[in-house]
Amino acid sequence: MLKIRNLSKTFNKGTINEKKALTNINLELNDGDFVTVIGGNGAGKSTLLNMVAGVFTPDNGTIEVDGIDVTRLPEHKRAKYLGRVFQDPMMGTASTMWIEENMAIASKRGLRRTLRWGISSKQREEYKQMLAQFGLGLENRLSTSVSLLSGGQRQALTLLMATMRKPKLLLLDEHTAALDPKTAATVLDLTDKIVSEHNLTTMMITHNMKDALTHGNRLIMMNNGRIIFDVSGEEKKKLTVEDLLKKFSELNGEEMVNDRMLLAK
Amino acid sequence: MLAFLNSLPGAVAQGIIWGIMAIGVYVTYKILDMADLSVDGSFATGGAVLVACVTGGMNVWLAVLLATCAGCVAGLVTGIFHTKFGIPAILAGILTQLGLYSVNLRILGGSANKTVSANNHRLILSLRNIPQAVLVAAVITGILIMICYFFFGTEIGESLRATGANQHMARANGINTDFTKVLGLVISNGIVAFSGAILAQYQGFADVNMGRGAIVIGLAAVIIGEVVFGKIFKNFALRLLAAVIGGIIYYVVLTLVLRLGLNANDLKLFSALVVAVFLGVPFWKNKLAQKLNSGSDR
Repeated sequence: MLKIRNLSKTFNKGTINEKKALTNINLELNDGDFVTVIGGNGAGKSTLLNMVAGVFTPDNGTIEVDGIDVTRLPEHKRAKYLGRVFQDPMMGTASTMWIEENMAIASKRGLRRTLRWGISSKQREEYKQMLAQFGLGLENRLSTSVSLLSGGQRQALTLLMATMRKPKLLLLDEHTAALDPKTAATVLDLTDKIVSEHNLTTMMITHNMKDALTHGNRLIMMNNGRIIFDVSGEEKKKLTVEDLLKKFSELNGEEMVNDRMLLAK
Repeated sequence: MLAFLNSLPGAVAQGIIWGIMAIGVYVTYKILDMADLSVDGSFATGGAVLVACVTGGMNVWLAVLLATCAGCVAGLVTGIFHTKFGIPAILAGILTQLGLYSVNLRILGGSANKTVSANNHRLILSLRNIPQAVLVAAVITGILIMICYFFFGTEIGESLRATGANQHMARANGINTDFTKVLGLVISNGIVAFSGAILAQYQGFADVNMGRGAIVIGLAAVIIGEVVFGKIFKNFALRLLAAVIGGIIYYVVLTLVLRLGLNANDLKLFSALVVAVFLGVPFWKNKLAQKLNSGSDR
């Protein structure tokens, strides 16, 4: 579903702030793969995801989604194939607009927008049902401004919006990192439910190693812009957080020092 | 006092016409969240095109349409400066505005102003019959608000609003934000030029300087409308109406202070200060609220 070949990116090339964000990344995701991505700060996780989403253009390499070369496609054109949820709950929704307006916009991702009225009563009914499945009480607040929702509600809504039109690839960029533990767990459950329901190919960045182990069928570990560990299936199921930490220092010759990750243990 | 009351209908007529212009400013300032300064130029362009066309013998409605289109082109230029040249929106608008000064002079045939008399031409409205002018302007405004209301409820209109609210979200949902920004600027400047064409008829002439400070008056109308009606007008059409009423309030107050003895030369200074204060109010409110909040935490 996703094929990344020899992908490299250096920010601020030729200046003292030069940063090699990604070095020669090769990654292939199969249809229905749910891969979790871990790594320390600056490992290149977010850069990789943003590169797939088209926020940055690569220096080298190609990105294919479902056999289509999207390497040079601008962000809004690529959106046709991608569902995205961001770390910042403010980023995935238009906060001054209503819940139903946000959903109406998401329902046309990748379609031609016309001068037809933005939302029909039939759609409104559909949105209501979709929201009701969440059990967050949003189904009766369709004409509420998103600015009045909590962070968790926003992430749940963004998740729904990202998957209303089935994406070829769902990109989750630490989408629970800004939430309190309880809400994070709820949103993660929801994520699992939606991913398995639609059998979505998914990439989820997380700083929480336990989450990385309990979710998905595959795990990749990144460091210094490279993928240093890639494990899937039965082998992944057997892994523990201790194994991951050991693996990291083994592969890298240094400790995986990151407060967030240690605390999240 | 009597003199003030006598000048009130005229102030209302002017207020409505500038209120139409405020709807154009609303599109960029409130919906797209960008300050577009090209309106100072496109307002005069609208007036100039109308006068040139009507005095040249064209039907007045056709002339209004042409004036509107000229404004749209001005918006397109600003949009291209902004999205294709990567120039910040404010600077892009200033460049267009500056360039339009020359363009407007050419449209006016090289002179700084040109008259169009209601005696010789059939005009939509004129200050010779103020009650009728108020009525006509009000009807036109009503129609424009309805058109805007429906447009911003469509799929394309929604994508414009999303662009102003959150560009990341818009792009992630497949909206070409460069296109929506350009479209917004085209619509906005079209409306502004339209109101310029109406004002030129009302006052009986177009002047190359008639748009000077238009953005400030437009902002004043939008902000006054918001401050006065923000709490009660939630519907989009009503918000646009609030901007128009804001324009009327602005002109009535202006007439009043002139009657009270303000030197007409000081008018622009007065306008600038009024807008600065109104823009500051929400900011100060926020600060005060924060202060009170942190006070109660302790």
